[in-house]
Amino acid sequence: MDDGATILNTHHWPAGISRVPFWVYQDPAVLRAEQKRIFEGPVWHFLCLDVDIENHGDYRTTFIGDMPVVVVRGEAGALHGFENRCAHRGALIAFNDDGNTKDFTCAYHAWRYDLQGNLCSVAFQRGVGGKGGMPAEFDLRQHGPRKLRVDSIGGLVFGTLDPAAPTLEAFLSPPIVAKIKRVFNRKLEVIGRFTQHLPNNWKMYAENIRDTYHASLLHLFFTTFKITRFDQAGGVTISPDGAHHASATIGKGIETQSVYKDQGIRSDNEEFLLRDDSFLASNPEFGDDIQLQNVALFPGTMLQQLYNSLAVRQTVPRGVDGMDLHWTFVGFADDTPEMRKMRLKQANLAGPAGYVSMEDGCIGNFVQRGVAAASDEIAIVEMGGYESESQNTRATEASVRGFWKNYRRLMEI
Amino acid sequence: MPGMDTLYQVSALNTAYAATIDGDRLEDWPGFFHADCLYKITTAENVRRGRLAGIIYADSRGMLEDRVAAIRRANIFETHAYRHVIGMASILNEDADGIRAEAPFLVVRTMRDGQMTLFAAGRYQDLLRPDETGALRFAERVVICDSPRFDTLVAIPL
Repeated sequence: MDDGATILNTHHWPAGISRVPFWVYQDPAVLRAEQKRIFEGPVWHFLCLDVDIENHGDYRTTFIGDMPVVVVRGEAGALHGFENRCAHRGALIAFNDDGNTKDFTCAYHAWRYDLQGNLCSVAFQRGVGGKGGMPAEFDLRQHGPRKLRVDSIGGLVFGTLDPAAPTLEAFLSPPIVAKIKRVFNRKLEVIGRFTQHLPNNWKMYAENIRDTYHASLLHLFFTTFKITRFDQAGGVTISPDGAHHASATIGKGIETQSVYKDQGIRSDNEEFLLRDDSFLASNPEFGDDIQLQNVALFPGTMLQQLYNSLAVRQTVPRGVDGMDLHWTFVGFADDTPEMRKMRLKQANLAGPAGYVSMEDGCIGNFVQRGVAAASDEIAIVEMGGYESESQNTRATEASVRGFWKNYRRLMEI
Repeated sequence: MPGMDTLYQVSALNTAYAATIDGDRLEDWPGFFHADCLYKITTAENVRRGRLAGIIYADSRGMLEDRVAAIRRANIFETHAYRHVIGMASILNEDADGIRAEAPFLVVRTMRDGQMTLFAAGRYQDLLRPDETGALRFAERVVICDSPRFDTLVAIPL
């Protein structure tokens, strides 16, 4: 049994949430325990968009940790979800990314499931010509894949394996729900999907999306090109339990070199300026001055508003030292052509080739390699103190500590 | 049926394009494009579903020059190099609007420590027009990768 107590038989973790031992990114036993206690624990995980499964019978396949799952639109708009594993021999029930179906039939031996994941029939259950078949007492109702609770908010569909988990909104907490609804406020449309493989433990990315401290230090695009954001107020809103965070950069917009050009200054630095900054035009669309809002949901989901570039990032672990980051870029169904074009151009900012995000693709790997021989050494997470409360600065690691607070609680470690 | 001359010109352009990127002469890369252009990196799945976003999306040569400047001055990543192998182009159409062509590619990425990976496979979907000197340049180059997945990051253009 891989649980926190067993793991602590061989590993040490100082008390508190401002120190992280490197073995948590390395030990396969930790990853197995995370599957049970975090991915299958009392936690809601992003699965897909409402618009991915708009019609009766639409389904989409994804993952909760290592577990393959199917998300389905049932009768009268109901959402269903279940483990993508046949009750018979364990084969994938659905092996496409998405589709529309009346029911699901396992390819291996044609065991059939309804849209809720209930086992409906077993091929040749009574045998053929009175021979073979399942024992008379075999009860279909006693067998089937594990079911999810599924709910949606702002057009984003989430699921949990744990019947004892709080409701989705209670899990997210009111301040975080408000941040989600600020952006995800009407019908979405997918404008692109990309997967980025990150050669690092999934928790390094979970920390990264909460790490407001690194943003202006690692990602040098804005500073290099002298793209100044005036009135850079901002801060971090953290859910009362520390699990989720929303960071905001507030300002009148971004000022690019055209300001300097207009004033006839900095001409000697022309070579450091952008030739075509049209993609940075500011188009406020949410009725406020928040230019950037990043919402990190426990454990590994990020909802991005970078000016007009909107995306959902979903973390899927791939072994102890790898993960897939699934990017879903979205617009609104009622976007004007101009707004849609702006979203396409601003997709340059974040993504596998993003001006202000590509470094996140390699930085976790630098850590993974750096700590290769340092299992028993520890990382320091002390910017902004020792707790995980909301702060009116981004020079803090409070949200990262919030992640570890919830991690240690759920892992009992 | 387009002539051999067109096929030769397109193939020569593709060869020069690959040599420029693989030879780390990125400053010359925007010169393969018209001032008004489209350069986009996307995936076959996005194209099939009519999704227009790319991980790189430039609608001017200026944006390509900015991409190069960012790679050189701003973005941080481990040293690596590409080796493009671009197959024989197909000339799909040639009319007053330009030449529509398509060519398959493979890109091997070699990292600092010698690790070599088949980084990308796919096809270029191109619209080519002559510039004022008569040389063919890209009005559009859409890089359609077969895989939806990119390893680590995409800094150097494909």
